Amino acid sequence: MSRAIGVEAQAEAPWAVVEPDRGNSPVDFRELWHYRDLLYFLTWRDISVRYKQTVLGFLWAILQPFLSMVVFTVFLGKLAGVPSDGVPYPVFSYLGLLPWMYFAGAVTRSGASVVGSASLLTRVYFPRVLVPLSATLSALVDFAISALVLGGLMAWYGLAPAATTVLLLPLAALTAVVATGIGMWLAALNVRYRDVQYAVPFLMQLWMFATPVVYPASLVPAAWRPLYALNPMTGVIEGYRAAVLGLPWDWTGLALSAVSGLALAALGAWKFRRMERTFADVI
Amino acid sequence: MGTPIIRVQGISKRYSIGGPQQRVEHLREAIVDLLAVPFRTLAGIGRPPAPSEEFWALSDVSFDVERGEVLGVIGANGAGKSTLLKIISRVTAPTAGRIELRGRVGSLLEVGTGFHPDLTGRENVYLNGTILGMRKREIDRKFDEIVAFAGVEAFIDTPVKRYSSGMYVRLAFAVAAHLDTEIVLVDEVLAVGDAEFQKRCLGKMGDVARSGRTVLFVSHNMGAVQRLCTRAILLEGGRLSAEGDPRAVAGTYLRGPQRVRYQAARTGGVQLLEADICDPEGRPLPNPLCTEPFVLQLRYVLPEPSPGTRIGIGILTPDGTPLFTSNPLDVLVEPPSAPGEYVARVVIPGETLLAGDFHAAVCLWNQADILDLQEPALSFTVHPGPSPLYLQGLERKGVVQVACRWEIEAAAPAGHAGTLR
Repeated sequence: MSRAIGVEAQAEAPWAVVEPDRGNSPVDFRELWHYRDLLYFLTWRDISVRYKQTVLGFLWAILQPFLSMVVFTVFLGKLAGVPSDGVPYPVFSYLGLLPWMYFAGAVTRSGASVVGSASLLTRVYFPRVLVPLSATLSALVDFAISALVLGGLMAWYGLAPAATTVLLLPLAALTAVVATGIGMWLAALNVRYRDVQYAVPFLMQLWMFATPVVYPASLVPAAWRPLYALNPMTGVIEGYRAAVLGLPWDWTGLALSAVSGLALAALGAWKFRRMERTFADVI
Repeated sequence: MGTPIIRVQGISKRYSIGGPQQRVEHLREAIVDLLAVPFRTLAGIGRPPAPSEEFWALSDVSFDVERGEVLGVIGANGAGKSTLLKIISRVTAPTAGRIELRGRVGSLLEVGTGFHPDLTGRENVYLNGTILGMRKREIDRKFDEIVAFAGVEAFIDTPVKRYSSGMYVRLAFAVAAHLDTEIVLVDEVLAVGDAEFQKRCLGKMGDVARSGRTVLFVSHNMGAVQRLCTRAILLEGGRLSAEGDPRAVAGTYLRGPQRVRYQAARTGGVQLLEADICDPEGRPLPNPLCTEPFVLQLRYVLPEPSPGTRIGIGILTPDGTPLFTSNPLDVLVEPPSAPGEYVARVVIPGETLLAGDFHAAVCLWNQADILDLQEPALSFTVHPGPSPLYLQGLERKGVVQVACRWEIEAAAPAGHAGTLR
């Protein structure tokens, strides 16, 4: 650190104070900023290690949503005749699976991340939040790669992306924030209760069917929509489709989902903060 | 000197017994608990605190460290030394008390934390360096120096899983050694490595101490503490029991009461349970003679199959200098690995040690870790025996006796050498 620590250290105020954990100390943004390089290297480690010693490498990032899309197209689109808002079902479901797989992957990975870094946490101090955060950031790479396939798929069906496609960026940012917050909550719980790591993958499967990933939100009766929109991913996934395909927006639904998602994320971050200083003792 | 760089005020740390690492609660219990809360509150029965499940690793420890001091932290295993370092380095929070730090803290021996086997040496240097708190720019600047110190230039772009263990440890240590925080914590107990590596650690410690930075040095090596430290503190059972000149504090620690019998409470892990000094027939022998063999009898437990578990002893002088170490592999005896309790008998041959005070250290370890280290496990006095050494009525110098062969003959008269017939 090139900051003049020596000068600062001469002053009366301590550089750091270690006190019992009351779980309510303010977030030290100066410290987070100092550790930004660590966030970069943790994220980059996750990315570069993920597909090491695999034959297909980054193709896995494409195969998973693509093959899921094929299966859902055959069984739901063709055999069950699930409607898709007038869009070819493969494009429709891929546009749901793309953000969903990012969300589910980011939540699962960040939920497991703290326990997975136990050997770090018990030996070295650094802001703990970097661990789940790097997990959700590294999942963005898979998301970007599988987004490329979307372009190909739309070209195949002769669909041009609408001008509102740029709105994918804020939607993706919202997804990432919500996933990080929920992931932090699960990560903190997982330190104490290892049940979490078994429950999460299953929970994400159930959650997917409570979200308009492979069917349109319009299938849900209008009276239930507001409740349905409290699922943070409902408005977001419908938003992805509206943005790329130029469909009408359900602003109320999106606002409800965004508010409930951000509230969940804030709660998760708060829970994490309350528990983080005991991680090294409990893990 | 001004304000101390580290001010430790009344630090206490409580752990739940069962080991901080083993306590995995289950969600079901938590839910049952949660459901029971209203009823308990209604009935006015709070869950009574269970004091027997608690363990105070540190209680009310206070001391100051001035800028540039090299403070030795000594004490038996379990006295709270490592807990103290963990609190100062902010890995874990204290239960009570306050520490003011007026500088960045780095741990010299957290070597290889975060090393990933699939990443190359170069990548791991950056990852590990940032984990230890360095900025990328800082690592860029020191990179060549780090690699040169480790001596792995040729392999820096090879994944570290292909490294020999020596290369791995050298690279890891090189990164930690190039941290330039104002406060450096060194925990020698964590220095698991070969002798050469340990020597390197101590050498680097000396450099760091001379560079004017503030060092906290946890060690069992009283020689090193006396050599390197400007001051020392002694922890006993989580309390600060002595503080001051390293020689005096080390002396207090080592002189401790004579202990010819060691007994430990069971922790559930691999551990030494008992140690005794016996005669070759197994009878207790609190006062061995220098002329007669005596036996260190060690009772230890392997709770589960533990292949590769080693046991060894060391005999140390009163200031902690190892005289020799011994383990069964020296005499081609493979120590058992099946679960169970074992008694190892180590015969110290007669006419090895001179009369005097000694410590015996006992260590259980495997390739990865030190499982139990008691240093010293026993402290005892060897008494003079009926030996020519003492019959001469001389005060012998030294700590060991060696039966050297002597030959003395009349020297050839001067001038005779080289005479030709």
